[in-house]
Amino acid sequence: MLKGKAHKFGDGISTDHIIPGRYAHLRSNLPELAKHVLEDADADFSKKVKHGDFVVGGSNFGLGSSREHAPLVIKMAGVSAILARSAARIFFRNAINLGLPVLICDTGRINDGDELELDLAAGTVRDLTNGETLTFGRIPGVMLKILNEGGLIPYIQKHGDIKV
Amino acid sequence: MGKTIAEKILSEKSGTDAKAGDIVIAKVDLAFVQDTTGPLTVRLYRDSGMGKLADAKRTVLFIDHAAPSPGAGLSNDHILLRDFSRQSGCILSEVGDGVCHQIVQEAYARPGDVVVGADSHTVTAGGLGAFATGMGSSDVAVAMGLGKNWFRVPESFKIDINNDFQKGVGAKDLVLHLIGTLGADGATYKALEFHGGAIKKMSMSGRFTLANMAVEAGAKAGLFAADETTHEFLKSEGRGSDYKAIAADADALYEKTINIDAIKLEPTVSKPHTVDNTALAKDLKGTKIQQVVIGTCTNGRLEDLAIAAGILKGKKTAKNVRLIIAPASRKVLLQAIEKGYIKTLVESGGIILPPGCGPCLGLHQGALGDGEVCLSTANRNFEGRMGNPRSFIYLGSPATAAASALKGEITDPREVM
Ligand code: SF4
Repeated sequence: MLKGKAHKFGDGISTDHIIPGRYAHLRSNLPELAKHVLEDADADFSKKVKHGDFVVGGSNFGLGSSREHAPLVIKMAGVSAILARSAARIFFRNAINLGLPVLICDTGRINDGDELELDLAAGTVRDLTNGETLTFGRIPGVMLKILNEGGLIPYIQKHGDIKV
Repeated sequence: MGKTIAEKILSEKSGTDAKAGDIVIAKVDLAFVQDTTGPLTVRLYRDSGMGKLADAKRTVLFIDHAAPSPGAGLSNDHILLRDFSRQSGCILSEVGDGVCHQIVQEAYARPGDVVVGADSHTVTAGGLGAFATGMGSSDVAVAMGLGKNWFRVPESFKIDINNDFQKGVGAKDLVLHLIGTLGADGATYKALEFHGGAIKKMSMSGRFTLANMAVEAGAKAGLFAADETTHEFLKSEGRGSDYKAIAADADALYEKTINIDAIKLEPTVSKPHTVDNTALAKDLKGTKIQQVVIGTCTNGRLEDLAIAAGILKGKKTAKNVRLIIAPASRKVLLQAIEKGYIKTLVESGGIILPPGCGPCLGLHQGALGDGEVCLSTANRNFEGRMGNPRSFIYLGSPATAAASALKGEITDPREVM
């Protein structure tokens, strides 16, 4: 069970909002890079976010570049999961590969600052602030296996191969 | 039931009878990274314990995004890539060689290949009939080490384009129109498969422009049959033997079909800050611009520079506009010099950058100031994309870009042709 606060964002948050190309010189200095997480969507996000919190987006979360640094800096900020109405394909796969769950549900009902409680096994998010319970879409089997090993590289370290 | 191009390639490369929706393990024929995603890939690769590369001669590291490097951090990333190339025996594409997607078509991708790159515009190689898709650093590391990865076989949209284009209208206008119609997530997880008379007649340059932007509708791949035009292109690159014919079966199953009449298209532009926010160039007349960019993996090819040079020949760009040109590769630059396009563009007021990504992702070479407006031939206009969240990016064709550079405002190229 994961518990934390919702940080709400709108539709179409791109990888340039999450970690703009102008910080590419920091990509080998992850602690510095992480200070700019989501800067172009909410300049204060890195200061507000607390360990265990949730990023809540609208549709097409993470569209744009294949930079895995985008989910990586969100994870480094302590975010325990991303909830979105829909997510861009590469971002979704990258986040799972880093062991960061992306859960697809009707985020329109969640408000900024709501307290959320996530039950990954049951597939539900409870909004403790408004009392509603949302169910999220199942993560495909192969991705669930990767997520359960903590990501793709840990999966390869353990199994030495990839199977579906 | 017949197969789409995506189903055909993924069936062959997985050794299964793959259908849309299946999850398969497929052989990867080419894996590549660039200088902003490569260092993380290399670190993950080293952590993974996979050891030797599956095929060093089909693994390429490109230094193109920050080339030459604007600062020490990126220079050190370049050193990391050079070291990895030396140690692993894989291919390194150096500063000045050009944008990864351009060189992948010129030198590496083959019809029927599965190509993965740590760059979202890897889809470009779909123009020559390869199943090419962008992935993150972890996934590309796995493809480099194991020579395979897992794929969900996408459903396909059939994009059927017929008739001829009007003068001054081309592939870029078509693809912006298509993305405007589909929406930025209208094809998420799908493959766009391009068909029709207009596609049969289209040059490889135009096909690459269409394939390149498939990802801007969320698509996993943008696919074309490999035909005689593809064969001629490969021969001109000295790799005629890499050709094999690929086409969808006539009874393949598509999730939907979108019909487009090319003759009805007009010069089209994406407005800030999303690619699907499209309008006709003529309706944006009067929008002042300070910078024009012609280049990138979308429109930095010889044909694009020829169109721009044709419009600018013997004329001068408007006083308050910077015209920046970044040829997509060393080969494109050399050909453009030979053909005289570079002279024309420089005489008209243009600035030539080294082959590479140039100002496309806001790292260097043409970052925008506060409130500045740019018309670019690139594929993305997200907030902050060109180095400043307080600037505005419009996307258009090379013809629209050249015409707009002449007038200092967004201009329908038919006005000046
Ligand atoms: S030209 Fe632009 S879109 Fe293309 S690979 Fe380079 S940065 Fe990416």
